[in-house]
Amino acid sequence: MMFAAAMLAILITMALTLARAVLGPTVYDRIMAVNLFGTKTVLFIAVVGFLFGRPEFLDIALVYALINFIGTVAVLKLMHYGELGWVDTSWERDDL
Amino acid sequence: MKSTLGLTTTLVIFWLLLSGHYTGLILSLGALSIALVVWIARRMDVVDHEVAPVHFTPKLIGYWLWLAGEIIKSTFDVTRRVLRGRGALHPAYEDVPIDQGTAMSETILANSITLTPGTLSVDVRNDVIRVHTVHKDLLVSLREGGMARRVKALEPKAKQS
Amino acid sequence: MLPQILDGLSWALLLVGSGFTIISGIGLFRMPEFFTRTHAAGMTDSMAAIMILGGLLLQAPDWMVAVRLIAIAAFLALTSPTASHALAQAALADGLKPLLGGQQGKG
Repeated sequence: MMFAAAMLAILITMALTLARAVLGPTVYDRIMAVNLFGTKTVLFIAVVGFLFGRPEFLDIALVYALINFIGTVAVLKLMHYGELGWVDTSWERDDL
Repeated sequence: MKSTLGLTTTLVIFWLLLSGHYTGLILSLGALSIALVVWIARRMDVVDHEVAPVHFTPKLIGYWLWLAGEIIKSTFDVTRRVLRGRGALHPAYEDVPIDQGTAMSETILANSITLTPGTLSVDVRNDVIRVHTVHKDLLVSLREGGMARRVKALEPKAKQS
Repeated sequence: MLPQILDGLSWALLLVGSGFTIISGIGLFRMPEFFTRTHAAGMTDSMAAIMILGGLLLQAPDWMVAVRLIAIAAFLALTSPTASHALAQAALADGLKPLLGGQQGKG
């Protein structure tokens, strides 16, 4: 029962996040919305796994959590540098 | 070498916790994947003391509890601001001076600032953290440096020279 | 007696976490611009996720499930601030100006 309520809340938030991703207005709003959508997906898979008595779904949630983060950073890097292989060396500090 | 050993141990423990299948074939596949990860990490030259920061562990628990309290407090604060709308907002974007000593300490502080709702660290450079906050009052408590002092206390004394 | 208390606690965590989730979704629309929206989004990442996963943790049938829930919570707690930071920094580097206190109402 409570799992269903949590699932409903997560679904509503996912819809709101998708709306934000469609509306934008900037590309960073969209990336943020997609990242948030990914976090919600992880929670959704976890809750659904419990709702249907299949906690093995948590493995998928775990992998999705990692892919979501790497995907966000990859898209940001692609946006910013135009390619994925670029290595940023400007942050290296000489006092360390 | 010590760091490689630390990384391997962490991976082995993590694999054993997640797997749940302890038969010969699966175990050897697990050993193979761990060896592959360690080899890639060494090849990428990312294995150093920051990969497995074991020297931090004992004091971290207390810090996490304190941080969890801060997160709960500021979540309620931000929730109130979200529900009240623009009237409760006064976004600010300023530099906060820090004196952490090591890069690890700066990273923990910046991550803690971002993890706390309402404050977001944007850039760390030359002993300042550039912070965006949802209301300028939140900057005041950051400037007081309670969090920075706690993070600094996590470092072993010998490292602060 | 103890199982009932744990059950109630886990339901409370799930409910409050769901509430925070929805509020952060609303925040995505009530906040005027990108940086303040990031704050609303970051709120769920650190708080609601941990609450919902904590609520599930109290219902976990065995320790294998518990380990996975803790691992997911730890990953989210480590990666979400990094992602927020990367987003904000990329937006600033791209010339997106944060809306500051005095300029409200225009956004």
